[in-house]
Amino acid sequence: MSHAEDPQGDRRDFLYYATGGAAAVVTGAAVWPLIDQMNASSDVRALASIRVDVSMVDPGTQLTVLWQGKPVFIRARTEAEIEAARDTPLSDLIDTDARNDNLAAAADASDAHRALSEDGVWLVQMGVCTHLGCVPLGESGDFGGWYCPCHGSHYDTAGRIRKGPAPQNLHIPVAAFVDDTTIELG
Amino acid sequence: MSGIPHDHYEPKTRIEKWLESRLPVISLLYDTLMIPTPRNLNWMWIWGIVLVFALVLQIATGVVLVMHYTPHVDMAFASIEHIMRDVNAGHMIRYFHANGASLFFLAVYLHIFRGLYYGSYKAPREVTWIIGMLIYLVMMGTAFMGYVLPWGQMSFHGTAVITGLFGAIPLIGESIQAWLLGAGAVGQPALNRFFSLHYLLPFILLGLVIVHVWAFHTTGNNNPAGVEVRRGSKEEAQKDTLPFWPYFVIKDLFALAVILVVFMAIVGFMPNYLGHPDNYVMANPLATPSHIVPEWYFLPFYAILRAFTADVWAVQFVHWITFGIVDAKFFGVLAMFGAIVVMALAPWLDTSSVRSGRFRPMFRWWFALLAIDFVVLMWVGAQTTTFPYDWIALIAATYWFVFFLVILPLLGVIEKPEAPPATIEEDFNAQHGLSAK
Amino acid sequence: MTQMFRKFALSTLAALALSTGGAMAAGEAEITDYAFSFEGPFGSYDTLQLQRGLKVYTDVCAACHGLSFVAYRTLSDEGGPMLPEDQMRAYAAQFEVETPDGDFVPATPADHFGPSGMETAPDLSLMAKARAGFHGPYGTGLAQLFYGMGGPEYIASLMTGYADEPDCAPDGIDGLYYNTAFASGAYAESCLDPAGNHTVPGSWIAMPQPLYGDDVDYDDGHVNDLQAEAQDVAAFLMWAAEPHLDARKHAGLVGVIFLLILTVLLYLTNKRLWAPHKHRE
Repeated sequence: MSHAEDPQGDRRDFLYYATGGAAAVVTGAAVWPLIDQMNASSDVRALASIRVDVSMVDPGTQLTVLWQGKPVFIRARTEAEIEAARDTPLSDLIDTDARNDNLAAAADASDAHRALSEDGVWLVQMGVCTHLGCVPLGESGDFGGWYCPCHGSHYDTAGRIRKGPAPQNLHIPVAAFVDDTTIELG
Repeated sequence: MSGIPHDHYEPKTRIEKWLESRLPVISLLYDTLMIPTPRNLNWMWIWGIVLVFALVLQIATGVVLVMHYTPHVDMAFASIEHIMRDVNAGHMIRYFHANGASLFFLAVYLHIFRGLYYGSYKAPREVTWIIGMLIYLVMMGTAFMGYVLPWGQMSFHGTAVITGLFGAIPLIGESIQAWLLGAGAVGQPALNRFFSLHYLLPFILLGLVIVHVWAFHTTGNNNPAGVEVRRGSKEEAQKDTLPFWPYFVIKDLFALAVILVVFMAIVGFMPNYLGHPDNYVMANPLATPSHIVPEWYFLPFYAILRAFTADVWAVQFVHWITFGIVDAKFFGVLAMFGAIVVMALAPWLDTSSVRSGRFRPMFRWWFALLAIDFVVLMWVGAQTTTFPYDWIALIAATYWFVFFLVILPLLGVIEKPEAPPATIEEDFNAQHGLSAK
Repeated sequence: MTQMFRKFALSTLAALALSTGGAMAAGEAEITDYAFSFEGPFGSYDTLQLQRGLKVYTDVCAACHGLSFVAYRTLSDEGGPMLPEDQMRAYAAQFEVETPDGDFVPATPADHFGPSGMETAPDLSLMAKARAGFHGPYGTGLAQLFYGMGGPEYIASLMTGYADEPDCAPDGIDGLYYNTAFASGAYAESCLDPAGNHTVPGSWIAMPQPLYGDDVDYDDGHVNDLQAEAQDVAAFLMWAAEPHLDARKHAGLVGVIFLLILTVLLYLTNKRLWAPHKHRE
């Protein structure tokens, strides 16, 4: 570096800082796309939301769809299943949180907070056991709902954990009817 | 590291001393960054930093592109379109990578021609030169294999042509070609292995570049006057040099910024200009494009390859004297690689005692002709092989060899060079109208 | 060295500039340099033109030509035809896609346009980048430097290039159609001169004339003669090939400006740094 005296030291420093700053901005602008490209691409984002035709799903049957790489259980419940779910007091539940992305975080796990439709017929939940991620079997287990064969978790007819190692109720994703026979997930 | 006397790094803090005694990396970086550099370097010395930038750019964009690319014949082309259409900023990253290759080669050609003009290849910098030639060969291999990956028409048929050259080697050629392709023709095995090697070679390149820098740091940089830095004492050396940081780092970065303005304009406004439209058509083994052309940076060598046809007397002579083993096709292959070999041999072919072309009046004209010849070869490489292009190619290709094998050796004997300045300080002062201190 | 280089560069440029005026030889394809809104560093797509071009593609070209790299959802994207989401969904639902089970269901936005219905009809997704409308002169690449690659110009010229059979071949070639913009087709021997050169421009193409003018009615009432339809579909196909053109040019402009500022700052910094060493008197 030059050792010459520089009465205009401030001006020199400003230029150096300005150059360094400009270089940093250019470098940042260049590096950002290299990082952002790892975020979901537009085709993946397009599949963030899918529409499912449920016109063929009769009461007492379940449609399983793959969404964002995971199974989603879409079940049309029978009267008996709905009643069983509604008659369960909250104090019987292991997890009293609704785990429903469509509701506020503090909602309780009453059946009204679990079902998609007001009549209680439609139940939409992630087919992923909250213990270690296996896919539970439908219409099985001690509570008439789902049973996970991996480590013996039992879910009731509203998909709530009742017995076994799973800590949480089956999660309910963002879902809504966009018309009479179509549910949009995500 | 270099033989030029200079201040060395002294670790001051405890942490620095702790690290230095275990791994002297700080002093290594310091000595590298602060190396005394000839004051009189001109703007033809900036291409090194452009090359380093291009290598970093290609590696950064390349690693990112591989996150989205599929090296399978049925999916490669579509995966590139996925990058262009769906991946965030994918189109920019792809265009930077494709045009980055062009930037890389533009810089390397200017860098090499700088070396040729100023005699940078001459003793004691022969090893730097040879490593540079190796770097160039690896660059060409990397670029060639990279171009296959989009699996367009040019990717496929260009590869077929160039790998077909290996078949021209007598006796063992067909086996080598089959080994290279992993099949009888260009297909999935070739695509997969070229993908692997295209990812690997740039890192070998990185290693070669480090050795290249080590080599010219050991000898010290050449300079436009071609006279060596005075090494009698630190004071003398300081009259001839300035530390690389900050003087030449900032100068290089300025030049790089100018080049990047143009590069950004090309990528932003005309990213397909240097490419070939046929590569936007998926590879079809059954339909050969009417006009197979390699990327522009290969054109001079493509021209040399095609120039030596069976009717050329030299080809016929060699064919006869080798009992028919060397045919026109193989001759072309030998000429193509030979063009690089003769360039690599420049340190030993050039007999002049004066290093820099600035003080070699005859050399300057022949060198200018070589530069023009290179451009002519590049242009004719893209034309058909009909008249007059065949003649132009032959003359241009011949001159290349004549320059290195005849003119360079002769000039050292018959040329009367001018007197170079006594010192770099003298040259620098003369350039800037400074009186001697 | 720099002096010599400068002289050489200037004389080369002069030579090339003087020779660029040469007319194209008779017998080559005739490509009109149509002006498109997206040309040049500040160019961008004309949204309504893209919508018109989409209509031409849908009503005329899609019968044979696929667009398989384009997803329906991109019709709503920025910098494209920008159809409102419901219109885009309705558009997609017109077409069917096959599920893995073998059923056919209406297409969703995430699906792509279908492949070509006719084997010999090339997919058009990249056609605007797969063809160069401008060449040379004499292999120098200058035409493309000044006029662009010419892909959309080629497409529009092809649409308007259908002409009556030339005098040298009044019956044409069976099954093919004479087009002055098409360079790579079959050529009537009767139109070759003794040296084997073409005496009339263009050649014979396998595709029958797809547009005559008035083929589609534009929703916005825009003029729909052959020229307009040809340019509209060419612009649409350019978008199909390069949907992010607007973003790219914008990034280019911003990048160039940022870098120019950095260049100026680095110039001043360099000058300041070197001054004590260059002006010691």
